[in-house]
Amino acid sequence: MSTNDILQILAYVIALIVLAPILGQFMARVFTGKPHLLSRPLGWLERITYRLCGIPANHEMSWRQYAASLLWFNGLGFLIVFILQITQHWLPMNPQHLPNVPWVLSFNTAVSFMTNTNWQSYAGETTLSYLTQMAGLTVQNFVSAATGIAVFLALTRGILRKTTSVIGNFWVDMTRSIVYVLLPLSVILGVALLSQGVVQTLSPAVTVTTVEGQSQDIPLGPAASQVAIKQLGTNGGGYFNANSAHPLENPTPVSNFLEMLALLLIPAALTFTYGKMVSNRKHGWIIFAVMFSLWFGGLALSLYGEYSSNPSVGLNTNLEGKEIRFGTVNSVLWSVSTTAASNGSVNAMHSSLSPIAGGVAMFNIMLGEIIFGGVGAGMYGILLHVLLTVFLAGLMVGRTPEYLGKKIEAREIQMTILGILIPNAVILLGAGVACVLPIALSSLANQGPHGLSEILYAFSSAAGNNGSAFAGLNANTDFYNIVLGIAMLIGRFAVILPCLVIAGSLASKKVSPPSAGTFATDNSTFAVLLIGVITIVGALTFLPALGLGPIIEHFLMIAGRIF
Amino acid sequence: MKTLLTALKFIMLMTVLTGIAYPLLITGVGRLFFVRQAEGSLIIDGGKILGSELIAQKFTDPRYFWPRPSAVDYNPQPSGGSNLGPTSASLKDSIMVRRSRFAAADGAPVPADLLCASGSGLDPHISPEAARYQLDRVASARQLDKAQRTALLSLIDKYTEAPTIGILGQSRVNVLWLNLALDSLGRR
Repeated sequence: MSTNDILQILAYVIALIVLAPILGQFMARVFTGKPHLLSRPLGWLERITYRLCGIPANHEMSWRQYAASLLWFNGLGFLIVFILQITQHWLPMNPQHLPNVPWVLSFNTAVSFMTNTNWQSYAGETTLSYLTQMAGLTVQNFVSAATGIAVFLALTRGILRKTTSVIGNFWVDMTRSIVYVLLPLSVILGVALLSQGVVQTLSPAVTVTTVEGQSQDIPLGPAASQVAIKQLGTNGGGYFNANSAHPLENPTPVSNFLEMLALLLIPAALTFTYGKMVSNRKHGWIIFAVMFSLWFGGLALSLYGEYSSNPSVGLNTNLEGKEIRFGTVNSVLWSVSTTAASNGSVNAMHSSLSPIAGGVAMFNIMLGEIIFGGVGAGMYGILLHVLLTVFLAGLMVGRTPEYLGKKIEAREIQMTILGILIPNAVILLGAGVACVLPIALSSLANQGPHGLSEILYAFSSAAGNNGSAFAGLNANTDFYNIVLGIAMLIGRFAVILPCLVIAGSLASKKVSPPSAGTFATDNSTFAVLLIGVITIVGALTFLPALGLGPIIEHFLMIAGRIF
Repeated sequence: MKTLLTALKFIMLMTVLTGIAYPLLITGVGRLFFVRQAEGSLIIDGGKILGSELIAQKFTDPRYFWPRPSAVDYNPQPSGGSNLGPTSASLKDSIMVRRSRFAAADGAPVPADLLCASGSGLDPHISPEAARYQLDRVASARQLDKAQRTALLSLIDKYTEAPTIGILGQSRVNVLWLNLALDSLGRR
């Protein structure tokens, strides 16, 4: 590691810690309906949305109505992306005359973008028309992120309110997230990326004759607008196949810094939004600190892995799958952040990372996307772990567990356990089944422990709604498109629905004032306990599988073995 | 049923707002202020498109500097890396082939970026070390004399981009720009 490496990490950390609380406070005002910076310039857009869609903005919903609205809306979103793909050949804005996308691949891609996963079995530049990318995928980039925020807001209201049955209005939460947060930030980032050289045009690909006389097709398209929201909304689906390693998607160190910052910005800021909304800023900071510690630990481990030499293939510095303008430190900073947040975009190929860095990436996802996590999703995910921690602490001292004045009882804990365990079960069962099916194994590009890692990573990425890949695995087969599609659906809605049930249940309860015996959730003891619960749940579930994948690969690499 | 209708209206409106209006707004900004960047940062000389400065071209002639190895053979349709893992036998073989391809006469070790395929397969840059490493090959293929060799070395320095504000990213040399400059050097 050089001084410059440390400076780059510092610059990133400082930018994040300065900007996140500011954005967090702003979002708290937006989501609680208070006047804010943008209510004048953009208020008309919010009001016109309610009028055009017939949304009674003052009407609040029970958790069931909230869930029904969410499911209908996501279902329609899926349908639109699916239809756009299977008909794109006949639709306008397809200058490369790309054919209709096959059904199974369309299913996978539609599920993937609707669930904020952005797993990509396809290569953007050779598969999707400009119209599909814009009107299909870019839209889902916005609304899937807003859906995450909506669920987080519903859960927060459940925690805050007493003896009521309503937890907010889904459409209002969606509209405010998009109009005041996602859209303005995307415009700023989109223009910044454009200035750096990310393409944004409706012109067709340009064919050039190279200096040595070959023909080369330079792909173009409306990329900057999509790349901005793919980073901000923890979506991660690249406009081009190489994602943010592609020079037309991430051309300079500046664009790289901005894209990396956008990646963690909203999820980090939401911890402060939460602290503000529950009137306990310290609790917000504690959650941020827990996430930051886990992120930093992963970063340190990954850097150690990447700066170790590789005797197996005879490399002192492993630059396979990395870009020179970014170098090792930016590639690792990105790989840790994109898997901690459920973003899944990449600026270096994860499959070619050292076993330790690749293993950290996988473990980040396996923890349930709660180290910052997805936009909104990271917050409701970590709140499940907070409830579990409070419950365990209650068991230790023999008191009914309480969280912010609410009694945590059987129903909440049942739902918490479901929300935590179902995605984990999908990962282990799915990967286990795939390991013995010839149809699944024939997709492997790497042998030995790295082959197992490819499969394990794929199921983690799908169930965790991350979307990055050990892309040696050829996932564009009927088996993986269908099975991973189902894994993405379960990983998304088997967490969202329990959260909404908890929101409804908590909202109906009375608030008990804190007493001497109340377990405090805004101090370092709680932070340590929460980190303990997160790592123990993750480690107990996944260490055996990781042992056979990245961990053993690390030792075999040191011993110089190849497969 | 009412919920479904609201959902339908809402997704339609969001499609217009975030899927049509927003991308077109950014496209408009590109048209007005960032024409070159928005259209792929093309290098145009006398009406002829020579390539994109952001997309590596394939160079095999010893008279040119070569870019980093590419898993897609410099064909951007589609981009991508090798995705070979750290204990892959094929990766080891590839590295051996690349090592012998780049190996200099004096036997100095080949810089790592020339041994490893890039993530996109289209990395337009090499490290300054990798450029200087290829200088001998280029100079002898072009039969340059000592003064011309020095000129070439300063050309590499001239095309070396430093980290932004001294911090962000790595020092790098754009291979296409360097090779184009090399050709015009020969013409003079």
